[in-house]
Amino acid sequence: MLSEQVQAKTDRELKKYPADQKQSAVMAALRFVQDEKGWISSDDMADVAAYLGMPKMAVYEVATFYHMYNLKPMGKNTLTVCTNLSCTLCGAHDVLEHLEHKLGVGLNEVTADGKFGIREGECMGACVAAPLLTVNNKRICSHLTSEKIDQLLAELDKQ
Amino acid sequence: MINIEIDGQAVAVENGRTVMDAAHEIGKYIPHFCYHKKLSIAASCRMCLVQVEKAPKPLPACATPVVEGMKVHTHSEYAVKAQQGVMEFLLINHPLDCPICDQGGECMLQDVAMGYGGVGTRFTEAKHQVLGKPLGALISAEEMSRCIHCTRCVRFGQEVAGVMELGMANRGEFSAIMTFVQSSVDSELSGNMIDLCPVGALTSKPFRYTARSWELSRRKSVSPHDSLGSNLTVQVKNGRVARVTPLENEAVNECWISDRDRFSYEGLNSAERLTKPMLKQDGKWIEVEWQAALEYVANALRQIGNGAGAEHIGALATGTSTAEELYLLQKLVRGLGSENVDFRLRQADFSADGKRAGAPWLGMEVAEIGKADRLLLVGSFLRKDHPLLAHRVRDAVKKGGQLNVVHSADDDLLVDVANKAIVAPSDLRAVLTQILAALAESKQAMLSNDVQAAVAGVVPSAEARSIAGSLASGSNVAVLLGNFAAQHPEAAQLQRLAQEIAALTSAKFGFLGESANSVGGYLVNAVPGVGGLNAAAMLDQPRKAYLLLNVEAELDTANSQQAVAAMKAADLVVAMSAYKHGAVDYADVLLPIAPFTETSGTFVSTEGRVQSFKGAVKPLGEARPAWKVLRVLGNLLDVAGFDYDSSEAVRADALPENVAPALNNKLDGVAVSATANVAAGLQRVPDVPIYATDSIVRRAPSLQQTRDAATPTVAMNAAELAKLGAGCGDSVKVSQGQGSATLVAKADDTLPAGVVRVAAGHPATAALGAMFGTISVERA
Ligand code: SF4
Ligand code: FES
Ligand code: FES
Repeated sequence: MLSEQVQAKTDRELKKYPADQKQSAVMAALRFVQDEKGWISSDDMADVAAYLGMPKMAVYEVATFYHMYNLKPMGKNTLTVCTNLSCTLCGAHDVLEHLEHKLGVGLNEVTADGKFGIREGECMGACVAAPLLTVNNKRICSHLTSEKIDQLLAELDKQ
Repeated sequence: MINIEIDGQAVAVENGRTVMDAAHEIGKYIPHFCYHKKLSIAASCRMCLVQVEKAPKPLPACATPVVEGMKVHTHSEYAVKAQQGVMEFLLINHPLDCPICDQGGECMLQDVAMGYGGVGTRFTEAKHQVLGKPLGALISAEEMSRCIHCTRCVRFGQEVAGVMELGMANRGEFSAIMTFVQSSVDSELSGNMIDLCPVGALTSKPFRYTARSWELSRRKSVSPHDSLGSNLTVQVKNGRVARVTPLENEAVNECWISDRDRFSYEGLNSAERLTKPMLKQDGKWIEVEWQAALEYVANALRQIGNGAGAEHIGALATGTSTAEELYLLQKLVRGLGSENVDFRLRQADFSADGKRAGAPWLGMEVAEIGKADRLLLVGSFLRKDHPLLAHRVRDAVKKGGQLNVVHSADDDLLVDVANKAIVAPSDLRAVLTQILAALAESKQAMLSNDVQAAVAGVVPSAEARSIAGSLASGSNVAVLLGNFAAQHPEAAQLQRLAQEIAALTSAKFGFLGESANSVGGYLVNAVPGVGGLNAAAMLDQPRKAYLLLNVEAELDTANSQQAVAAMKAADLVVAMSAYKHGAVDYADVLLPIAPFTETSGTFVSTEGRVQSFKGAVKPLGEARPAWKVLRVLGNLLDVAGFDYDSSEAVRADALPENVAPALNNKLDGVAVSATANVAAGLQRVPDVPIYATDSIVRRAPSLQQTRDAATPTVAMNAAELAKLGAGCGDSVKVSQGQGSATLVAKADDTLPAGVVRVAAGHPATAALGAMFGTISVERA
């Protein structure tokens, strides 16, 4: 069962679409689940499917298509480093290396204390600010340097 | 009409059609993978690129609508270059395993690569790998690296099977076809995905690695498993049926067949096949020559006829027998002086006999179901009983039709149901009466005498009113009676009510039909005449001798307990069967007869389509076509008119040239009762599971491993179950008469109160009694 909050938020989304096209809200519903739990399990997908009256497999297709959905626990702060072309040219791999070194975990892994996870992302449409990463898909940290990354980690660590 | 030109050839097609449609119109081939005439347009493979004059780039023919004056070149240098480019990309990741690929020789990719592929590859990087997926017992998806992502299989699920089981997960080069968390593909139409898959990604699990397509000879045939009469291609290797695929017939099965039609062939090669005539002597079965067996039967029948009297001989056949077999069986029995012959083994109500205007049938063409704008479906486990008619119904609803359901179970039909009344079997009549009352009220119509008394004073329920409202608002209405309605103890009254509802809504009405020859059996008169006993009466008033044609008395009858008792008490039971089955316990003679692939014969489908077929392979061992066996018996018993030299000659006697005038669902003189049924105790709701319908499917191992073949449960709604102090998953004992069965209880809140759903036709429930009736349940 989806939590009450997720249901309420999804209901608000549903108002935007015709009553017979509830599946239009699938991306939003998955986002709400991830906001709440940090990741989306296949049980959650089944719940979303039931709630929106769509096939489970159709939800699975969406959840596995978009890289911003976490399909396993990715820590309290999921740091998604863009590794598309512009960012790569501007040093995305140095960013990754630095992160991995600082946190002691590799790509798609989570620190032992569960605070940080590192993911690779696709172009965020913000190439002008390359190299960059996002925190939980909500906040973009741009023009990254080693110092800026250290600062960010320290800040997030305190929360 | 839009006029365009393809490769210099003028063609006119309707507005909205595509270049691909136009090309097909004039027989022009455009290479393609994702395009399929029965599926929506995906335009994902790009193989169909063509040159369109004035267009700045090549366009996909399957997704480009025709425009007046368009000039298309399908094979210009420009077009071919585009097609070759696409081919090169498709082959980049495709494994080069054609020599061991099951699709080899019938692979679209192989064919198109011959025409458009290069000889080498410019791609030197590593090919991607996609892991195999477990999809269940029928479809193998071991080699998913072969998938070219055409999504035909996905669209088939969504658009035809009505359930999206396969999907394309992930993105880009990681895209892969799979099910949701490794679940199996359970659709009863799933095998069609094997045909649709243009490559060897989805292959037939039972058939894999048993033959190459060029080793197979192909014979036309007709499915014996349901009343639709799907057209089949039976493919044979070394005298054995190696696989079955659909034979396209737009009016019947389109290009699909159900999994039951496709995979049942495994049962033909079962170790349980009876291959020698056998006689029981001193309690032991011994193999004998045909001559000895038939003489024994003839003598025994003669003795009983001369002694106890011919009326002590009864003949029972299944509706899966051919028209020729049914005809000769009734002719033989009648020649001996008995009128006791019947093929309606699961029916309980025969009060319509003698009052019918003709043979009950669908009342319309199969294709008309898909065009109906209002449907009333009465008493049908539609998806499992009629997998492809269910697809027609889904089609009707997709086009905006409204489906109304009256039934005792609420299985998911994979389609929107506008209104439904799910009630206990004893209340079906009341619901139909209410619908009729609501219609009569709104239409101010006079009702016929048969139903007047029943409708008088009836206050329709809200559901009945909405169903009536829905039907009244249609202009093309179909009222369909399912197997459950036909097997119901008040079948005649249900039919009478349906007829009246149909009359008030100008609807077509009819029976979906229980088996391949439900219509044929009537046409060849395999039903009792005046003074004869019907299937139920023959078992209720045990006979001294029974002739069984394809019948497994313990599984194929309305009351298996009673049937087996009658068989055991009889002096003579002659089982003509393709299999050694329960008859070894009660029969005296076993005569091995040929299943549908080993004999010629005819099925008359539910829409009255007469379809004859030839044997695809020789009969196994000493098995013989039943029509020949019956012919010899007729001759041995000196019955006149048994000198046929071919099944065609039998058919000429058995069926009229034109069967249409003999089909009529009209029923007069069946008065619908005005008193309500009072239900005492729990009522049994029986379904005949899809893979338990006849002796061939029961022995098809792969089908028996599917979810649909799971051992039947005892399903009740949770409140009813709680009353027994039992819960979901507990063992419970169900009993009827002297028999009982211990099965697992299942809570199913879609079932109405007061009913217990227990399947029939399955060995696990064979000890139980009447399909309809009271049943007791207790904790085991
Ligand atoms: S499995 Fe076959 S049908 Fe399905 S997408 Fe792949 S190639 Fe197409
Ligand atoms: S490539 Fe990184 S934001 Fe565009
Ligand atoms: S057939 Fe036209 S794009 Fe696939």
